[in-house]
Amino acid sequence: MATDAIHPQTHSHGAGSGAAHPFAPRPFVVTARTQETPDTVTLRLAPKLSGDRLSFKGGQFNMVYVFGVGESAISISGDTTHPEELVHTVRAVGKVTNALAALTPGAVVGIRGPYGQGWPLDSARGRDVVIVAGGLGLPPLRPTLYEIFRHRESFGRVEIIYGARTPKDLVFAEEVRTWLQRSDLRIQITVDAAGRDWNGDVGVVTVRIPDARFDAPNTTAFVCGPEIMMKFTAQALAQRGVPTESIWLSMERNMKCALGFCGHCQYGPSFVCRDGPCLPYKTLAPLLAVKEV
Amino acid sequence: MTATASEAIADRVLRHPFFVDIDPTLVHAMVSKAEERSYDVGEMLVHEGRPAEEFFLVIEGKIALEVGAGDRPGITVETIEKGEILGWSWLVAPYRWRFDARASKPTKVIAINAAAARYALAAHPAFGYHFLMKLLPVIADRLENTRVQLLDIHGH
Repeated sequence: MATDAIHPQTHSHGAGSGAAHPFAPRPFVVTARTQETPDTVTLRLAPKLSGDRLSFKGGQFNMVYVFGVGESAISISGDTTHPEELVHTVRAVGKVTNALAALTPGAVVGIRGPYGQGWPLDSARGRDVVIVAGGLGLPPLRPTLYEIFRHRESFGRVEIIYGARTPKDLVFAEEVRTWLQRSDLRIQITVDAAGRDWNGDVGVVTVRIPDARFDAPNTTAFVCGPEIMMKFTAQALAQRGVPTESIWLSMERNMKCALGFCGHCQYGPSFVCRDGPCLPYKTLAPLLAVKEV
Repeated sequence: MTATASEAIADRVLRHPFFVDIDPTLVHAMVSKAEERSYDVGEMLVHEGRPAEEFFLVIEGKIALEVGAGDRPGITVETIEKGEILGWSWLVAPYRWRFDARASKPTKVIAINAAAARYALAAHPAFGYHFLMKLLPVIADRLENTRVQLLDIHGH
């Protein structure tokens, strides 16, 4: 395949982009590491090359390369207005993510990206917005939440439903507490099971949807979490009357090239890396009903 | 209970979302021995294995349903809030609670006597049918939610 036929979908700026080979990672240095939960960390990264920066859209992802170990697709969880700082929240579940989670400040990783279509936030302007996050589904939604907070007047009611397995699996706990103080949005937090030290809601996220405050036909929903959680959540939102074309899910598949060539992430007619990861439920619903796609 | 107190409770029961479209005359028969109660945080409403002699309409607060786990502290598997109904063990023999229920916030409920309620349901079959048709979706929803919980959706 001729390399001049390869064009990353989103242009990055500064040194390291331009004529660089699209498969060549750009070096970034870990500047801070926060332990979110026992198996999840947030890494803050700065470009190693002077003047490099990485502009992105909420919902996009990077291929993060741990030298000598391998590469993994990780959503970007930072602020779109700070392209000089890259933030990734990683759960240690495999070889690469275990290596990533073990990194400490000063370590260097390779970054390719950003890739994919992010959340279609413009389509939600003037409408109510429902954000449903399950477990590690909150980090890919956080950049979009920042965007909504910055332009709060452009949206109707904003409802956030955040679920996790147990209270200790809730990420960004301190930050979410500050969101709870805001009067211009409503947050429901629920866990699947808890001990007596938790006096919040217990139950799956779908239980909170009938109680959520939004005008269903005039609502756009962004849903991110494990696929099975998104399936049930999308069904519950559709049952409330949210149009299926206005329910967006962030799909996860085995991303390899991230450029829409290798086909590892093919999901029905879509390549998740190129056409997604954020895709409308209207398109996904028939596929979600099929086992082993 | 005085007639006035009984009327006041019946009025509150009729305003509870579960009872809004149920025939008031029949509700009066069902709630003749009902009473309002308050629970502080941590107080138990029911204990697993004990006779289910009443059921509850939640007026305010939050109740945690707990499952015993041997010698470990109970695990909360669901929370019930204002506007919801707690308990159906009183309808199914041998009428014993299948879980613990504990107030996780200051809570007010209306406790409805199970024997009086069962008598009213049996004596007024149309009312009984209507009541059960309202309770069945609540039970079905909780069953479906439990199934989703069993899938451990956040563990994938």
